[in-house]
Amino acid sequence: MSVDKDTVKKIARLARLDVPEERQEQIAGELNAILSWIEELGEVDTSAVEPLASVTGHSLPLRTDKITDGNKVDDILANAPEQASGFFVVPKVVE
Amino acid sequence: MSNLVAGQTGEWEVVIGMEVHAQVTSEAKLFSGSSTTFGAGPNENVSLVDAAMPGMLPVINEACVRQAVKTGLGIKAEINLYSVFDRKNYFYADLPQGYQISQFKHPIVGEGVLTIELADGTTHDIGIERIHLEQDAGKSLHDQHPSKSYIDLNRSGVALMEIVSRPDLRSSEQAGAYIKKLRSILRYLGTCDGNMEEGSLRADVNVSVRRPGQALGTRTETKNLNSVRFIMQAIDYEVERQIEILENGGKIDQETRLFDTSTGTTRQMRSKEDAHDYRYFPDPDLLPLQLTQDFVEEIKAELPELPDEIKARMVSDYGLSSYDASVLTEERETAGFYEAASKGRDRKLVANWMSSELFGALNKAGKSLAESPVSPEGLGALVDLISDGTISGRIAKDVFAEMFETGRPASDIIEEKGLKQVSDSGAIEALIDQVLAENQDKVAEYRGGKDKLFGFFVGQTMKLSGGQANPGMVNQLLKDKLRG
Amino acid sequence: MENYLNLTATQARAALQKKEISATELTHAYIQAAEATKALNNYVCMTADKALEMAASSDKRIADGNAGPLEGLPIGVKDLFCTTGVETTACSAILKGFVPTYESTVTSQLWRDGAVMLGKLNCDEFAMGSANETSVFGPAVNPWSTDGGADLAAGGSSGGSASSVAAGSALMATGTDTGGSIRQPAAFCGVVGMKPTYGRCSRWGIVAFASSLDQAGPFTRDVADSALMFASMAGHDAKDSTSADAALPDLHAALQASVKGMKIGIPKEYVMEGMDEAITALWQQGQEWLVEAGAELVPISLPHTRYALPTYYIIAPAEASSNLARYDGVRYGARVEAGQSLDDMYEATRAAGFGDEVQRRIMIGTYALSAGYYDAYYLKAQQVRRLIKNDFDEAFEKVDAILTPATPSAAFPLGVKQDDPITMYLNDVFTVPANLAGIPGISVPAGYSDTGLPLGLQVLSGAFREDTLYKVAACLEKQAGFTGQPPRHALAAR
Repeated sequence: MSVDKDTVKKIARLARLDVPEERQEQIAGELNAILSWIEELGEVDTSAVEPLASVTGHSLPLRTDKITDGNKVDDILANAPEQASGFFVVPKVVE
Repeated sequence: MSNLVAGQTGEWEVVIGMEVHAQVTSEAKLFSGSSTTFGAGPNENVSLVDAAMPGMLPVINEACVRQAVKTGLGIKAEINLYSVFDRKNYFYADLPQGYQISQFKHPIVGEGVLTIELADGTTHDIGIERIHLEQDAGKSLHDQHPSKSYIDLNRSGVALMEIVSRPDLRSSEQAGAYIKKLRSILRYLGTCDGNMEEGSLRADVNVSVRRPGQALGTRTETKNLNSVRFIMQAIDYEVERQIEILENGGKIDQETRLFDTSTGTTRQMRSKEDAHDYRYFPDPDLLPLQLTQDFVEEIKAELPELPDEIKARMVSDYGLSSYDASVLTEERETAGFYEAASKGRDRKLVANWMSSELFGALNKAGKSLAESPVSPEGLGALVDLISDGTISGRIAKDVFAEMFETGRPASDIIEEKGLKQVSDSGAIEALIDQVLAENQDKVAEYRGGKDKLFGFFVGQTMKLSGGQANPGMVNQLLKDKLRG
Repeated sequence: MENYLNLTATQARAALQKKEISATELTHAYIQAAEATKALNNYVCMTADKALEMAASSDKRIADGNAGPLEGLPIGVKDLFCTTGVETTACSAILKGFVPTYESTVTSQLWRDGAVMLGKLNCDEFAMGSANETSVFGPAVNPWSTDGGADLAAGGSSGGSASSVAAGSALMATGTDTGGSIRQPAAFCGVVGMKPTYGRCSRWGIVAFASSLDQAGPFTRDVADSALMFASMAGHDAKDSTSADAALPDLHAALQASVKGMKIGIPKEYVMEGMDEAITALWQQGQEWLVEAGAELVPISLPHTRYALPTYYIIAPAEASSNLARYDGVRYGARVEAGQSLDDMYEATRAAGFGDEVQRRIMIGTYALSAGYYDAYYLKAQQVRRLIKNDFDEAFEKVDAILTPATPSAAFPLGVKQDDPITMYLNDVFTVPANLAGIPGISVPAGYSDTGLPLGLQVLSGAFREDTLYKVAACLEKQAGFTGQPPRHALAAR
């Protein structure tokens, strides 16, 4: 599982990171170094092991269906880079 | 009836699967305490959690879990006591977290089935693959500014049930029947208001075609259809488009398409979507949802009677036709109206009056059943007056029209207009005598063997009574007199 | 003044209660100390006015006899905790200018109990780093140094927290620990750092790095202070679904108790090749101290220890790649306009806003979760994570606590380990397993390196047994008699 320039491009695109062409090779190298180190895990026999997603012992707590929040447009927009008439504003989205 | 579609080069089979997004009826959102109300000002129904502020965390709403379980029970599906919330990762302007919390590997509801009935009376079992809970996204407005989109997060985080069917549907008619039936069940259960105009119920439709008996063809997915008509139109268009491409030697691209409501056609989404790679993984801010069988049983005990059960009861206990029973159970309100109007009365007669007179009048007036000027009790009382011979069925139609117009009770109208049926044999005999006297030639013909004239005498007698004579008595007395 | 700054929190609390000093005087002294040690780059934002206001309120409550458990004690807050009206950046350019309208649960509990906020402390960007070098504000500097040596790393990610407590510019400080981010810098700076059981402290309002591993905890001068501050930070929070609804054990009793008869596990896998000899010696010494105090040593095995780091470096970046998706320039933070489309804006904003290490981890995490690799990386890591947790579960059936070194080395000079990410990652080798298993761990300063830098010992205990942790830590503290003050400390503030 070796990462090449194209993979770097693909991953960067998925993560919405603009990685300039000239850095892609270097990043592929770094990722490969880390991945080959991580691949040590292949040694461990996990065929009968349930994956562990959370160490928390309890089950998911449920909250009651009550309106306890909202109506704070000022707070919601307080840090917005661009806003208008109560909306967040972004460059035009084409569907 | 065959579902095959004829092309230039032979027949094609249509294969349709649907993913329906149904907004869960709840006060607050799935993972936050802000309101789900429709129509608030921009970003008013938004909490810090919905806006994905740094450090904000989701906490699940119990009512949404109950609603999903209830829906599952309503389609006789398996309820998974263990389910997991995953993150579906992608970037979009109205997806503040950069991921949607959904259920991927372990949905809350598993396999179920929904039975649809078509106009020709045939029924079809449509498999439901799963139902899972997920968050809705916000809304992007593209028409407010030439080069900008405006983002409103009011819907962000509202609970949705994604109801995924098996590819068991074979025509746009079936798809239409499926969405109507599903909507009906959701409304009976009270788990989704089914309001398609407000977007509470939307469907993504997967369509492919194949030669009968062959392997499945490549499918396209048309997204976000919010009316039964659009669903059927989009399918019909896709079927035609795909057959034309295939018959001309082309191939179908697996792609997402959008429906244009003004032209009734579909088109490829313009934004060239990256190969989808949602990188699902269990949301580490949440834990697996573990339900007990007791929790499920408690919800099961609350389930209302559902349309299929009510319909079966109407056919077997009330003697209604399958068609009438279907019409009366399509909406919970209709069935409720009918049950109230027909209780302790001639069930069939009430059914006839509802499906002909009442629905006809409502339709004409552009009113819903909830707005009906005639109450279930009012209609019931009218039917009683027919049953006990107070008025004839024909007079009853005039009385009903008046009731619908004024909202007054039938008995008042009958009283005021003197429409009571004449069942006094002396009075009727007098009428008959008059008719016979005025038509002596016909009496002679009848007695000479022209039996068909009997109807003529009945008609004349009724006419003379102004429709108020009891038709049964008129028949009997006429027979006696003519024999005479 | 000098006296005030030398007091531990427990001592300062007593002095405040006896009205020997006022909260305002104490706070003033700390503000001055912070000003005087600016070169250490500990604070990324001072809130002196707010601190003095809070101190005045504390003085009033003390006068009224309504003092809370932390009344009038000046503390620093890692810049990962959201604080109402005070810029919170996670030391990232992407959050520059972000002023929360809300307060994290942990800090609000500290203020509830009377603590005074001095300001926001430096850390690695989004807590990703082991030397505080990934901070957009530049590294916090360790107040300790070797004679004539270069500036040393304060450790990371909570470098500013450790450095400020060591340098006397904060009496106590909050930190967060995802793979060692409290315990490692505490060891580097000669202070006490504790990572509680996962679920003890609410994560609500703390900028997330890796949600299944992140846990807030205290930095203090000694073990008693640690227990004091931890008690305020902990508690069930309905706003965090992973928060534990479990009562705190009696920490006060634990601090007084003896370790006599306790079984202390010594894991054979924590002997590392190339480890500082002084660390091996200190670990040995620590074992002897505990035996002297009546504890029994039990050799144990944690066979999957060597897989902890690779496991961590899949799980943490994977979760981070998703947690950091919200920084997109739409609702808050810095936006970089570029090109025509929304995607162009996203890519430019995130490329400019995130530093190299954060981008590297986002890339690794994205890759590990992507189609075709999920099973080989993420799922595999979750499976190994269970094996690592099982190792600890089995160990704690036999022993009460485990003793290990806190770090494989003493503080290193700033700038040297930058080039090779993996060498930097190895810093966390002894601390990461506790995060994966969700158990508590504490780093206690207990000795010195050959060059006179502080070294720490780590104690681990079973989940929700912070009492056991403090019992052993208090014993080590007492036996070690570590009273070291960084030479810089003397130079700077006094």
